[in-house]
Amino acid sequence: MWAYIAKRLLLAVPVVIGVAFIVFAMVRLIPGDPAMVIAGQAATPEYIAAIREDLGLDRPIVVQFAVYFKNLTTGDLGRSIRSKAPVTEELWARLPNTFRLASASMLVAVTVGVTAGIVSAIRPYSLLDAAVMVAALTGLSMPIFWSGLMMILVFSVILGWFPAVGTGTLAHLVLPSVTLGMASAAIIARMTRSSMLEVLRTDYIRTARAKGQVERIIIGRHAFRNALIPVITVIGLQTGTLLSGAVLTESVFAWPGVGRLLVEGILTRDYPVVQGSVLVVALVFVFVNLAVDVFYAVVDPRIHYT
Amino acid sequence: MSERPLGVGRRPQAVRASRARLAWLQFRRNRVGLLGLGIIASFLLMGMLAPVIAPFDPYDVDFDKSLEKPTRGSPFGRDELGRDMLSRVIYGARISLVIGVIAVVIGVGLGVPLGALSGYYGGWPDLLTQRGVDVMLAFPGVLLAIVIVAVLGVGLPQAMIAIGVVSIPVYARLVRGQTLSLRAQEFVEDARAMVANASDRRIIFKHILPNTLAVVIVQSTLQVASAILTAAALGFLGLGAQPPTAEWGAMLSGARQYLRLAPHAVTFPGLAIMMTVLGFNLLGDGIRDALDPKMRL
Repeated sequence: MWAYIAKRLLLAVPVVIGVAFIVFAMVRLIPGDPAMVIAGQAATPEYIAAIREDLGLDRPIVVQFAVYFKNLTTGDLGRSIRSKAPVTEELWARLPNTFRLASASMLVAVTVGVTAGIVSAIRPYSLLDAAVMVAALTGLSMPIFWSGLMMILVFSVILGWFPAVGTGTLAHLVLPSVTLGMASAAIIARMTRSSMLEVLRTDYIRTARAKGQVERIIIGRHAFRNALIPVITVIGLQTGTLLSGAVLTESVFAWPGVGRLLVEGILTRDYPVVQGSVLVVALVFVFVNLAVDVFYAVVDPRIHYT
Repeated sequence: MSERPLGVGRRPQAVRASRARLAWLQFRRNRVGLLGLGIIASFLLMGMLAPVIAPFDPYDVDFDKSLEKPTRGSPFGRDELGRDMLSRVIYGARISLVIGVIAVVIGVGLGVPLGALSGYYGGWPDLLTQRGVDVMLAFPGVLLAIVIVAVLGVGLPQAMIAIGVVSIPVYARLVRGQTLSLRAQEFVEDARAMVANASDRRIIFKHILPNTLAVVIVQSTLQVASAILTAAALGFLGLGAQPPTAEWGAMLSGARQYLRLAPHAVTFPGLAIMMTVLGFNLLGDGIRDALDPKMRL
């Protein structure tokens, strides 16, 4: 197990370097003169030159790369072209909001998804099961930004229950986190159902039933625990869905997180901000995946890793 | 796909044909899949016949009718510039379906050979490809597409390329795994040992790729769904199709400011996205069940 964990950690190193390299290459790959593109059409030659110097684009590419990596190791992500503030500062201000949104969504996704999956599996091919599965597939097919708008329309504009945009109170968190959590809930529900059904077919469940065990304990203790492993994997994978979904959800609900920072950055061609946001989101994703894999190795000693 | 192929080397054409027929017979009984196919066919027809069936020109501006509620003449209402929503939604089907297809063509065209070669030859090219795939998959979902758009600039063609590139690692990983397990199977080893002129190319094309077809088809169906969602998302964020293009995501982006005044302008493009994506998801589930009930993706 420890060898596996060590190997998994080691494999993450080239990925992290690769991500950092892509983020570095982003600006350099812009067709034409990146400094001109970033400065915009109405820019003066002086301004373009200033940006070129600011981003270090006037130096040889090898030097640029060395400087970039040296700065990365000291946590220096450069300065925003628009606000002139250090990018790390902007990211620190936004990150807590994105984490708050993502955790609340994860809570929604796991609660709704696991419950729906179990309910479905208890009475497979019943009307209830069919209804849950249709709902799950619909949830999976809904564009997240649209379900967000529909949430605002129904629960804010028509019913007036929750605020539509902004942040601050718990009520502000409800609509965005339900919106973002729903798509993941659908995937978790599907996986919970199929994993539960598989376990419920096994001999030891039949034995438990034969000895007259209460159904509630069979489902809760015997079946669910053993059905949990693939469910946990899927939950881990949902971090990616949540992170990329956050970009959209934050835009819909004017939620001041990293996702919105990223989109605003692209629209205003503020590349240092774009690079910083992309780097942070990708690294968070890599580390969560790593954590899920390690967790997996710890909880399930049966699995043989090679 | 663990079943042993029938009559290897004799009449592969006939075997493949009968297998496809078998899958179709299975699929025909699958109501979920048929429903998906029906939905997709309707949207496809809608897109192709757009100039005939759309009641208005989707780009015809009429300020007098700005944000008009649904009426008998325009059942989906009108948007902020007084353009007919029904016509715009109908034309939107064209863009979304084309994006879905282009994304899959790029993904299959580059991802499948990459995965097959990587899995077949192994060694350092495999290692290199797989680390590349790792890095691409380190960007969750729509983020990689956003990165590519940030480099190429905003716009519909750029978004199409971005969405296609995003699906390359998915196929590469999938086909590599399939190739690895096929390579170890007896019929491939037999072909390598016995047939004198069984070049690598021949083995890859005759024995490996045809056997990865099932998973590639299922994945492609689901990939179209996710491509359509990503394209709409980019359009919505202002990074994909630009106004006044009648693209569903861009339409939502324009209409969202009028959510209170004109909920209809926000409702219908979203419904269209949802239905199309649902169609492909249903079809994907149906094909998967028909080809192999045990296959998990």
